[in-house]
Amino acid sequence: MRHRSEDAMNELPKLTTNGSKARKTVYFPRADGSRIPYEVYSSPEIYELEQERIFRGPTWSFVALEAELPNPNDFKSTFVGATPMVVARDDDNSLAGWVNRCAHRGAMVCRTARGNARSHICAYHQWSYDTRGNLMGVPFRRGVKGSPGMPADFDLKEHGLQQLRVQSYRGLVFASFSDRAPALYDYIGPRMRPGIDRIFHKPIVYLGCTRQYAKANWKLYNENVRDPYHASLLHAFFSTFNLYRAGMRFEIVTSEDGLHDYLRAFHTEDASGGAAYKDDKVSSFKEGLRLEHTSILTNVKEFDEVVNTHIQPIFPQLVVTQIQNSLAVRQILPKGPGSFELIFNFFGYADDTPEMRMHRISQANLVGPAGLVSMEDALATELVQRATANGNDAVSIADMGRDAPDEEQIESGVSECHIRSFWRGYQELMGF
Amino acid sequence: MDEMKLWYELYRLQERYVSVIDADRLEEWPDLFTEDGVYEIVPKENADLGLPVGIMHCFGRPMLRDRITSLRKANLFEAHTYRHMTSGLEFTQVDAGTIDMQSNYVVVQTLTDGESRVYQAGRYFDRVVRTADGWRYQRKRAVYDTSRVQTLLVTPV
Repeated sequence: MRHRSEDAMNELPKLTTNGSKARKTVYFPRADGSRIPYEVYSSPEIYELEQERIFRGPTWSFVALEAELPNPNDFKSTFVGATPMVVARDDDNSLAGWVNRCAHRGAMVCRTARGNARSHICAYHQWSYDTRGNLMGVPFRRGVKGSPGMPADFDLKEHGLQQLRVQSYRGLVFASFSDRAPALYDYIGPRMRPGIDRIFHKPIVYLGCTRQYAKANWKLYNENVRDPYHASLLHAFFSTFNLYRAGMRFEIVTSEDGLHDYLRAFHTEDASGGAAYKDDKVSSFKEGLRLEHTSILTNVKEFDEVVNTHIQPIFPQLVVTQIQNSLAVRQILPKGPGSFELIFNFFGYADDTPEMRMHRISQANLVGPAGLVSMEDALATELVQRATANGNDAVSIADMGRDAPDEEQIESGVSECHIRSFWRGYQELMGF
Repeated sequence: MDEMKLWYELYRLQERYVSVIDADRLEEWPDLFTEDGVYEIVPKENADLGLPVGIMHCFGRPMLRDRITSLRKANLFEAHTYRHMTSGLEFTQVDAGTIDMQSNYVVVQTLTDGESRVYQAGRYFDRVVRTADGWRYQRKRAVYDTSRVQTLLVTPV
């Protein structure tokens, strides 16, 4: 059988040459997720194991917005973890996904980022596939001028591209390698769906993407988006302009498995003018900093409640974000143990007025690789990567709020309980 | 002869633009635009598809100045230098006081580790107008090929 089943892959001792040797494992010194071995950020063995147990395991990886693929036969090349894949619409508008690797010699079949095509033809030997990845034709299959072709038992149906499960929820398209992953609806789950429903409550329009590349492990970014503690300290723009201050009203919900997170920071007037930052002598708080063009900070009311920041990571490679009126989904793509690519896919609503559309484009200044409030995140992950890559057996710590029960920290703007729950969920998936 | 003079004036504007950035005289950068001047940095992949979003959008001098204020006072980044190389300057005259101009650019960035890397390659799409102070950018759109922005972008290109 060409495509090994998920369970069969789990049983293969891929990382060791000696079958009796234990597979790579890593020791987390505390069960509560508050001590994270540096090794998890740089080990090639752990990275390989993550591809198998997370990205090819029982998870759903975000691959596209349906708004990126509005028409039949539209396609997009992307990745599930490190595996190149294509998500495509069929003639009947249904969604399909396949590993972008020719069934013949393993060459990359689709070589363009986006497009529209009824068939996908491998450049190497012209094997052609339909939008679902079924093999449609093999040149000289019956031979040519007396030279023999494919053997009589060669069946096109057995040599399609490896197909992935593809499901969408509210226009967000996910792919999974695993039959063990629950339906996407249940994977996102009852605690996370309200956040997705909030942002995707009406049709959207895709406005383009921007890409940022960091020399850091992909999990450092997953921690970053579950870390309210850093937001107002690393990002001076946030705290200085009261877009995000630690004393705001927060609501942060974590999924039952600990892996997904849904943070909202509600607009809260701070009559003290940031006194908490001044009292704690927080250097990133810039008293007296003023902007001339203040509408870049305006939150035009479009939801029931005024939320300045909505950050919602759906493990492993999606973050849904709303910062003021800027709407985006970020796709986190691991590129080896020491690098990740972060793709910001921006969108607006189909019924935006021209003024609102311009306002959203203006607020695209807040996020992305040059984002006034968030450009520092990739650098922060790189600083950790650089210093921990040769960290031996040392660990990083996530102790803020560790004494209090997690459920009491839903409204905390400085807790690290979401990082801890992330690592507990990670250990469960990885078998560490 | 007039075209040579025009080319010389436009070339000088571009050289001044590059010098202001590369010599870290960023406070002078907004002055090279008209009061309502638009500055954008947009990835080529979006520009090719007619998609509007880029990584920097400044509509008018106040937003240009805010970018520099934020760079100087709010944003956190590693010390770096830029060296711009430009080539392939082309222009077409729209009217007596308006020119559309294009050129290629490459920005080499050097960080504190001492290595110089090609940070961004792209093409400028500019509209310049004649003002009392000389030629100024009414619109400057940097459309970049290097779609993966390494770490972050804080200094305009």
